[in-house]
Amino acid sequence: MRHTISVLVTNEFGVLSRISGLFSGRGFNIESLTVAETLDPKISRMTIVTRGDDKVIEQINKQLNKLVSVIKVHDFTGEAHIERELALVKVSASAADRAEILSIVDIFRAKVVDVSPKSYTIEITGDEEKIGAIVELCRPFGIKEIVRTGRIAMARSPKQK
Amino acid sequence: MKKNGAQILVESLKKEGVDVIFGFPGGAVLPLYDVLYDEPIRHILVRHEQGAVHMADGYARATGRPGVVLVTSGPGATNTVTGIATAYMDSIPLVVLTGQVPTALIGNDAFQEADIVGITRPCTKHNYLVKDVKDLPRIIKEAFYIATTGRPGPVLVDIPKDVLSSAPDDYRHPDKAHLDSYQPTYKGHPGQIKKAVDFILSSKRPVVYAGGGVVLSNAADELKAFSTKLNLPTTTTLMGLGGFPGTHPLFLGMLGMHGTFTANMSVTEADCLIAVGARFDDRVTGKIDEFAPYAGIVHIDIDPTSISKNVKVDIPIVGDVKTVLKDMLKLIPQKSSLSGFKKNTAGWHAQIKRWGATHRLSYKQESNGKLKPQYVIERLYHATKGHAIVTTEVGQNQMWAAQFFKYDRPRTFITSGGLGTMGFGFPAAIGAQVAFPRSTVIGIAGDGSFQMNVQELATAVQYKLPVKIAILNNMMLGMVRQWQEFFYDKRYSHTCVSVAPDFVKLAEAYGAIGLRASKPGEVDGVIKKALAVNDRPVVMDFRVDPFENVYPMVPAGQPLNKMLLV
Repeated sequence: MRHTISVLVTNEFGVLSRISGLFSGRGFNIESLTVAETLDPKISRMTIVTRGDDKVIEQINKQLNKLVSVIKVHDFTGEAHIERELALVKVSASAADRAEILSIVDIFRAKVVDVSPKSYTIEITGDEEKIGAIVELCRPFGIKEIVRTGRIAMARSPKQK
Repeated sequence: MKKNGAQILVESLKKEGVDVIFGFPGGAVLPLYDVLYDEPIRHILVRHEQGAVHMADGYARATGRPGVVLVTSGPGATNTVTGIATAYMDSIPLVVLTGQVPTALIGNDAFQEADIVGITRPCTKHNYLVKDVKDLPRIIKEAFYIATTGRPGPVLVDIPKDVLSSAPDDYRHPDKAHLDSYQPTYKGHPGQIKKAVDFILSSKRPVVYAGGGVVLSNAADELKAFSTKLNLPTTTTLMGLGGFPGTHPLFLGMLGMHGTFTANMSVTEADCLIAVGARFDDRVTGKIDEFAPYAGIVHIDIDPTSISKNVKVDIPIVGDVKTVLKDMLKLIPQKSSLSGFKKNTAGWHAQIKRWGATHRLSYKQESNGKLKPQYVIERLYHATKGHAIVTTEVGQNQMWAAQFFKYDRPRTFITSGGLGTMGFGFPAAIGAQVAFPRSTVIGIAGDGSFQMNVQELATAVQYKLPVKIAILNNMMLGMVRQWQEFFYDKRYSHTCVSVAPDFVKLAEAYGAIGLRASKPGEVDGVIKKALAVNDRPVVMDFRVDPFENVYPMVPAGQPLNKMLLV
């Protein structure tokens, strides 16, 4: 099963390689990984998407916790949370197709961030399904390039006090 | 005058109570060696950096205090890797200080540059590159704290040369290390502890399976109290030897691939297995699906990753073995109310006794026959009455030392269990002897392993360390040859070492004493002579039967009860 795990780490050089080395050394897989500073500049947050059975996920959580540089590990699986990723899609846009592409962009509440005589570059944020859907719709026009950030996640706030 | 990084570092080491460093100098650590010239701390000059790490490791295992290593950058640092990995696998507290090229040159492929922090990341508990001399006292404090607390392990600190030679305007030695991200759990969960005790008392066929955690946590007394109070049959892993008295009637011997028949059968038939500071290594469990198939498993370990890693555990207790055992002891009822438990387990004890009576560890020494390696170990035990620190190399010598010498006290059996490092035993013996100059330290070796760090004879001679090396010399890489005999149709590919030095002459060339025994009748005399030497190392060359095998043996991938017996 797929898990999205958030890891708070001390913001120091080498910490990314400690985490990625742990995954490669123990044969765990990483589907995506994003890193950036938190509000506290001494702490970074990594969001890791990984896959494994319960036993493997338990080991991943424990092994991450064991690293001296890791402050906190949180697995979002099974709780209400928001997941987002961002993609830039450069799609061929001939004069005949431009209107249709723009309407897709509109429907998905995406944005055209760069235009050239032969292409649009679309910025889209959303969960994986949404990005997958717009990619599929753009495919017939010809996708020249695509860049995705990998997933970030945040727990939803409780709805009641 | 302002102090430079090297002086600050030595101050830090002294504050940590470091009394000896095992090291080898070089360009990048010159500022530090300049401070050591005034001998503020004892320094043992090794002949190879790998030897330094194993010595520090042997020192740490024998004393319980962290071992300290100092080497230079580049090759000095990379030579420590096997030693660090050895200590990491067996959870031994070490602080390894490596020199590094000056900060400005890092990343430039400078002379004697190696990314040792990158190289050792997977085999250290943690490591550091010191970029600013002001961080040095804090990092050293943290390094010792991390190495010695929780599940211990090696910590490497890489220090560029300019950090050692620059003098900060002000600096401060912290009193305590504080890390938000590192807080090991010592106290076990009271509910789990209660559950475990109740489960044990309801069992009919209980067995304690104790590992190196008992030794690391200094919990041998607590384990003995626990096992004897409940009359629990107790087996240990290789790393656990000495953690429970080897001559105690409740001791079943070691379990696992070369464990005793009794220990392996007991674990297989048990309905309650109490794992104490052990990690269900494949050499212990054999075929994992058939390990302790009838048992509910209680597992006490300070490292949560060890729990349910290989074998699903029923009652996990995360905590320090000593602390948890103490808490468990408090919950054990008075003797009078244990009569039900005693009655329920009587049949089990009788069964274990029968296994023990029919299948002892055995070998046959004919008085005029070839010298048997097991006999040599038994005579060493007899001559020292067990009052010795024994280190081993890896292979047959290690297994016979585990089987035929009895260890009543913790920290008297020192071996590379996890990594299985040939070349470990001799330098580890030197480290133990440095820690305990007046104790008898015996390094049990094979001719193959001994040659992997034989250069340290010079170190032992230089510091007048009377370690006794007993080479079980079969002119073979014996354990591999044994596997070839059993599983590769006796095709002895590259395991018959036909060229070897004359170990007696080799010892003498280094200024040590060399002795030889080729017949059973010569063994006691050689041992007696060796034990009388107290000012230099002794190498005993025992020419043993080359085709002797270690029994019992559980072939790899087989369940524990499928042993090959003598």
